[in-house]
Amino acid sequence: MTGKVEEPLAPSAFGHLRRTLTSAPVLIALTILGIAILIALLAPFLGTGDPIAIHPGERLKRVSGAHWLGTDAFGRDVYSRVMYGARISLLVGLGAALASVTLGLFIGVIAGYFRMLDSIVMRVMDGIMAIPGILLAIALVTVSGASLMTVVVAITIPEIPRVVRLVRSVILTIRDEPYVEAAIALGTPSPALLLRHMVPNTVAPLMVQGTFVFASAMLTEAAMSFLGVGLPPEFPSWGNIMAEGRIYFQLLPGLILYAGLFLALTVLSVNVVGDAMRDALDPRMARKL
Amino acid sequence: MTTVPVVGTVALVVFAILRLTPGDPAAIIAGDSATTEQLEQIRVHLGLDKPMHVQFFLWLLQILRGDLGVSLISGVPVSGMILDRMGPTLALSTTIILFSVIVAIPLGVIAAWRQGTVLDRSVTAFSVLGFSVPVFVNGYLLILLFSISLGWLPVQGYKPLTDGFLPFFVRLILPTLALSTAYIALIARITRTSILEVMGEDYIRTARAKGLKENAVLLRHALRNAAVPIVTIIGVGIAHLIGGVVVTESVFNLPGLGRLVVEAVLARDYPVIQGLILLFSFVNILINLLVDVIYTVIDPRIRY
Amino acid sequence: MNALVLNIDGLSVQVVGRPATQRVVANVSFDVHQGETLCVVGESGSGKSVTALSIMGLLPRGNLASRGGRILVEDEDILTASENRLRALRATRMAMVFQEPMTALNPVEPVGKQIDEVLRVHRKFTRAERRETVLAMLDAVHLPNVRQIYDAYPHQLSGGQRQRIVISMALILQPKLLIADEPTTALDVTTQAQILALIRELQEKHNTAVMFITHDFGVVAEIADRIVVMHRGCVVEVGAREDILAHPREAYTRMLVSAVPSLIPRQRDAPGGEIVLDVVGLNKIYSEKRFLGSARMVAAVQEVDLTVRRSEIVGVVGESGSGKSTVARCIVRLIDPTSGAIHINGSDIAGATRRALRPLRQRFQIIFQDPYRSLNPRRRVGDSIIEGLVNFGMRRDQALTKAGALLRLVGLDPDAMPRYPHQFSGGQRQRICIARALALQPDLLVADEAVSALDVSVQAQVLALLQEIRDRTGIAVLFITHDLRVAAQICDTIVVMQKGRVVETGRAETLLTAPRQKYTRALIEAAPGRHWDFQNFRPLQPNGAGAIHNPTSRPLPAR
Repeated sequence: MTGKVEEPLAPSAFGHLRRTLTSAPVLIALTILGIAILIALLAPFLGTGDPIAIHPGERLKRVSGAHWLGTDAFGRDVYSRVMYGARISLLVGLGAALASVTLGLFIGVIAGYFRMLDSIVMRVMDGIMAIPGILLAIALVTVSGASLMTVVVAITIPEIPRVVRLVRSVILTIRDEPYVEAAIALGTPSPALLLRHMVPNTVAPLMVQGTFVFASAMLTEAAMSFLGVGLPPEFPSWGNIMAEGRIYFQLLPGLILYAGLFLALTVLSVNVVGDAMRDALDPRMARKL
Repeated sequence: MTTVPVVGTVALVVFAILRLTPGDPAAIIAGDSATTEQLEQIRVHLGLDKPMHVQFFLWLLQILRGDLGVSLISGVPVSGMILDRMGPTLALSTTIILFSVIVAIPLGVIAAWRQGTVLDRSVTAFSVLGFSVPVFVNGYLLILLFSISLGWLPVQGYKPLTDGFLPFFVRLILPTLALSTAYIALIARITRTSILEVMGEDYIRTARAKGLKENAVLLRHALRNAAVPIVTIIGVGIAHLIGGVVVTESVFNLPGLGRLVVEAVLARDYPVIQGLILLFSFVNILINLLVDVIYTVIDPRIRY
Repeated sequence: MNALVLNIDGLSVQVVGRPATQRVVANVSFDVHQGETLCVVGESGSGKSVTALSIMGLLPRGNLASRGGRILVEDEDILTASENRLRALRATRMAMVFQEPMTALNPVEPVGKQIDEVLRVHRKFTRAERRETVLAMLDAVHLPNVRQIYDAYPHQLSGGQRQRIVISMALILQPKLLIADEPTTALDVTTQAQILALIRELQEKHNTAVMFITHDFGVVAEIADRIVVMHRGCVVEVGAREDILAHPREAYTRMLVSAVPSLIPRQRDAPGGEIVLDVVGLNKIYSEKRFLGSARMVAAVQEVDLTVRRSEIVGVVGESGSGKSTVARCIVRLIDPTSGAIHINGSDIAGATRRALRPLRQRFQIIFQDPYRSLNPRRRVGDSIIEGLVNFGMRRDQALTKAGALLRLVGLDPDAMPRYPHQFSGGQRQRICIARALALQPDLLVADEAVSALDVSVQAQVLALLQEIRDRTGIAVLFITHDLRVAAQICDTIVVMQKGRVVETGRAETLLTAPRQKYTRALIEAAPGRHWDFQNFRPLQPNGAGAIHNPTSRPLPAR
């Protein structure tokens, strides 16, 4: 008796992924994102001057050949500041995303796999989630002083519970799958069980959630800096630029709006890519995220 | 019933954060010229000489009695400050929630109803946009358009209801619009997804097999079953909303609790910060409890 | 001949956007008359459900579309009717009952209201008249306490009760045609028998034409007047019941009919080997913790005893809630028993710690019901098979060689090893799972509903494979199933369970021909098609003489 291998029974998941990732809006978003990353990396080479150099004689100038986006209240070149601002904002976003995903995975696996710790871990997560994210971040920065590091940590912590919930729910679902039970019956020890069979299933949802954290972190940092409780003013983050432009808004709205535009476009692109990834990888995830 | 440990955790977290503040609270109160005995006295008075867990329980009891301490700056009781500044925040929040829900749900239903069409794609696009543009950028754009260019609406400021409905209302329009976009985006999108999911269920097929018209199928069978995730997101979104209110009050200069948070943080007024965080967290928890209660009304399978 | 109610002529259905050569249903024609039951039989992918949906005009728009042909319901062409007309016809002239009663009803509305909706849409009755009609219908489907049931929510009813509600909705306006798409497949066998009887009763009362879709020839043998056999979207054969069952013309039909299990027990010598598995007093009690008040105890398994010897296949048969799956999982220690002893080759594993248990796991293995979820989709077949061997220290290359031999043993080519599970059919995946289970050379193999999710022809092959392996290696097999007919195929001994307890244990031929307990008798009587000897294309001889003609293992053409 020989079994013949038949054609694949279900359309390949990769075909669907490819199709979603090459649709027009996604390509545009990826391009914008690519540009943002390039700006961040190549800021010094983009015709920028020193973002913190003060030119008292050039205060509050409009768009001109010398200053492509005008100058701010200290005579600093807005264009340079916005370009360098990309570095900060993207860095904060990336840092928060990576940290929350890593910690969330670790804690989520513990909660999902070790039944006895589940209750306690989830109550703590619920507690953290009960405090509105930005308030928690603000409080953390307040008690530990404002620096790039503390801001990233402060933004990361409120994002962790949602990642934990996601990972935990994946683990709980997978734990009941017959192939995991088969592995247990075959004598597979717990660490191998986790790494071989369970954790790989978390990769896709984590990637999706990571992009959303990236976007959310950038927005949170901007909001905090805008309120004056985020990054110290020496960092030309987009949020700080906008904070400084507040008073002069009626005079020179561009001080706020240029940085705002860049931020909005970047966050938008990240969200679009995240959505596309989620739709491509597993339509069922849409409910959980 | 799991709320109690959650509340406990929140209290613990807040307490921990505030006790982690660098610097000696006694020194802050006493000032630079205090002697060591005076500092000791103040410490005893504040209960700082007792072990940590005792401090925590004393503090907890204090909170439960409604005593949130006094402001380090003004000496005014925190609970009093909260009551004073509650008005604008309450007005803004209520307006936003009502407006968002009324706009978002029909939007989501229509998008699901006309899935794949231009209408659906526009709603989806708007959702992603609404969620991505920062609240304050939104706010300033609106101000630029409606206040500065068109002059239709005042730029900033707040008038309480007692001053008359119209001035009160007019000043709430722009802040509401600024923050609602994010909330609407969230709700509309979940509404759409939830309805689409429900439309694939078996009992929808049964309804069609009975000879029902499509809109009857949607409204009578799908909607109520789709409600649970929608109600959930409204509850979960409250945390987001609170954060947004803090920023919006800053942009539009509304003298509410959100602005108070910022002021307190800049002034390092710890009791006020602590009180506000506790308040907002409890409101969040309360609203989510309400959501749980609403579940039991919507879905007869859920009974606690 | 009675009046023609349904006439399908050359129907074809294809997937929207795909080429016309890929048709889900191709050129299908058959008809159904008043008062007649036509059974449409076929395996998965045969197109029977799609045909049914086409008749109701319920093909998922944008996904599937009918192309060509006519569907005449009382001389009116469904395919050219307007959407309004179709809606008017549904539930009034033709009605449909679906497979899954658990999800067929709106969970947030009382069931009475859902039946009432049919009347509201199609008739102009007053509220009181509607209520009376619905209550009368609930009575007609033999539901108890009709007034209470009227206000009940679906989750408060059992599967059988929900299906009666669905039947009420379908038949309340007395349509001329009832389409039933596998309405009893998800139900217990005793419930199934009741529902089949109910449909027959209502059919006789109103002279309804019934088009009954099923994959189970046993059901067909019970209820069909005429039979349509479908395969991959085409009609293979049409005929009267006797003709198809006794003299099938087409090779596919012959293959399909002969693969159907019947209640004829196998004739085999009593197994006399040493005892491999000895379960004594097994208990599994779940306690539902409540916040306030005492915990509620649910006894899933109570005082279960059973033994399996070398070369013996013991079947554990029971309906849902009988505890049979719990027993299986306790035995392989996927669940921890509350009390009792489980002796495998003498050692009691019931209370063993995780660490002590691990090396013992090589002695017993399990295969599961769903072949699509039993293999990690991200791992190659070869890696899945050798997982156990590698766990216990074998080198990878040695293990892979062994895997190749195992694949040959289960009838697959070793070139399957570098492939992924999604490249194989359900039956092939189940063979891979068997190979994986055998890799550690266990003394005991537990098969938990291992063939229940397979098509009947594939099922027969896998059963034959299990017997072949048993003959070759002398392995002991514990075979869990809800289907007594499947147990009759390969089991030497049968254990009947109900509500967590063992009701009766006995050698297959004794238990099936002379059951002692009432429940066993009820199970036997409810088994559909028990009067027919499918493998020999004839009615069952009254003294069970058919048994002698069945060899213990039958080579069947591989697929």
